[in-house]
Amino acid sequence: MSEHIVIKRVSNFIIPFIQLFSLYVIAHGDISPGGGFQGGVIFGASIILYVIAFGMKDGRTRISEILTDFMNSIGVLLFAGIGLACVIMGGAYLEYTKLAGSAGEGHGSHAEHALHLAGHLGIYGIEIGIGIVVASVMITIFFETANTQDDD
Amino acid sequence: MSFGPTTFISAAGSTPVLVIVIPLLAAMLAPIVSRIHRSVGWYLATTATFIAFLLSLSLLYTVIDGGTVSYRMGSWAPPMGIEYVVSYFNGFVLAVIAFISFIITLYGKKSVEQEIPEQKIPFFYSAYLLFIAGIMGIVITGDIFNLYVFVEITALSGYALIAMGKDRKALMASYNYLILGTIGATFLVLGIGYLYIATGTLNMNDLMQRLPEIYDSTTVITAFAFIMVGLCLKLALFPLHIWLPNVYTYSPSIVSALMAATSTKVMAFVLLRIMFTVFTPEFVLEVVPVTKILIVMSCVAIIMGSLIALGQTNIKRMLAYSSIGQIGYITLGAAIATETAMTGSLIHILNHALMKGMLFMVVGAVVYKTGIVNIKDMEGLGKRMPWTMAAFTIGAMSMIGFPFTVGFISKWYLATGAIGAGMWYLVPVLLVSSIMTAFYFWRVVESVYFKGRSARIDTLKSPHHSDEAPFGMVVTTLFLAGLCIYFGLWASGPVEVAKNAAAFLLGS
Repeated sequence: MSEHIVIKRVSNFIIPFIQLFSLYVIAHGDISPGGGFQGGVIFGASIILYVIAFGMKDGRTRISEILTDFMNSIGVLLFAGIGLACVIMGGAYLEYTKLAGSAGEGHGSHAEHALHLAGHLGIYGIEIGIGIVVASVMITIFFETANTQDDD
Repeated sequence: MSFGPTTFISAAGSTPVLVIVIPLLAAMLAPIVSRIHRSVGWYLATTATFIAFLLSLSLLYTVIDGGTVSYRMGSWAPPMGIEYVVSYFNGFVLAVIAFISFIITLYGKKSVEQEIPEQKIPFFYSAYLLFIAGIMGIVITGDIFNLYVFVEITALSGYALIAMGKDRKALMASYNYLILGTIGATFLVLGIGYLYIATGTLNMNDLMQRLPEIYDSTTVITAFAFIMVGLCLKLALFPLHIWLPNVYTYSPSIVSALMAATSTKVMAFVLLRIMFTVFTPEFVLEVVPVTKILIVMSCVAIIMGSLIALGQTNIKRMLAYSSIGQIGYITLGAAIATETAMTGSLIHILNHALMKGMLFMVVGAVVYKTGIVNIKDMEGLGKRMPWTMAAFTIGAMSMIGFPFTVGFISKWYLATGAIGAGMWYLVPVLLVSSIMTAFYFWRVVESVYFKGRSARIDTLKSPHHSDEAPFGMVVTTLFLAGLCIYFGLWASGPVEVAKNAAAFLLGS
């Protein structure tokens, strides 16, 4: 693959921007179109582009199988864990505002601000969790389907 | 950040969601913690299913004491938010599913270690727990779109589980199921979409209140038809059953047992739920004569399932066709739609889960010890694996509907229900199928006890001595066999719950 210098150079150049854009899409998920799924897809695509340009072996040294396996689980655990944290804080499952705890009790702008912040952070956590899962699942599927040719 | 008594109360109030979340969390933890040691996955699965079973029992008791429980996800009020509802009806099914899953997990340790390649075991338990979480989610949710999502979770993890079977044909079985399951799910989601267009709501209670005004609209009737076809495909009602025999035959033993005991049963439950709590008894009895069609289909399923089972040489395949017949019993009771018949149908969900789960566990134990799946090779197995075969005999008697076993109870309620509804012509169908069931099970019992040793057993190590399956497998199998008799003798407990559930469904 060493002769594909243009592909490698261009990929090297744009992959950081693709990844930055994916983070932007995840972070703006709750107020604009986008979110964890879309951001995760974009992030996964950046890794897939890297593997296409540099080959499977190089790709697996950057993103190991153990890492994608862990990411698959940790994304969902983050989602479910935030839901569970809301239950522990005395709310319903995924009732983010309860994450504010005692700061969100009472009236006044201070409590309101705490509730608002807890709601935002709760959704951020969920979006990040989804982003991790979607990105790692895309990468896993890509590696698995590309792998089958080597096995036979 | 204080963890006072409110924490405890809120956690107790959150039981409906914890029942789902705990297996789900365990499913995601399994691939991670299995890196420590490969048997950790099994301990995790056993613990998670046990906790889920305890929680579902406590839910059932709450419902019996205090009536229907409703849980709001994220505190969003229904019909806008997603609601989990536990009533008499699904509380009962939930407890049954959780119990059977726990027992099968307990049973499966050795069997999984033998049949699944070592590096795949963590992912096997992950998919396995996801399957259980999905199935319990189907039962507990009160939101029809959420139901569809759980149906898909169950199906997708199911495809993965089936494909892990040792035989290469497992891949083909899984692929066939994937295609047909997807067609079924497409019908289901189209039907749900039409209902949403017609009413603007996805909450089941809300749908039940809004639908009667527009029962004559073609949209609603089409929606109902689509949902019925989709569900009948998923629950393998006779002409739509073709995916099932291969799935049960080629998937790993523990997966056959779990799927035979839970998945089709849960789909039958969904059928009941949609017929009677999203639509109303008046709709399915009068507006669209779906119960009449379903009675014919069920009878065909009962007869054909038993008939095809008669001709099978592979024990797993025979049990699979027998399941197709048994599904007919459940839908038949639902279609007769009187309280007694419905009780029979609901109690058969429990009974068939017990019997068929147990029979597949027996086959799993035989496969574990000897690798035998052909009925002819089983000759002389009665001496070699006496306890396992005793359990098989109890299961066979129960399937036939022998008195003092659970099979008798459900057939009794179905038969009296049919007569009570003036449909005496259904009784011969039940009788004929019982006789056929007796024939195909007798074939197995005969070769197990009353024939000499098969050549296959002679090739095994020390063929003259008994060689039982591991302790964990035998004990769990015998425990279920014991329950088959216990609930046959003292049926009043489950029958009482099933009666209340039937009354709830029929709205009386």
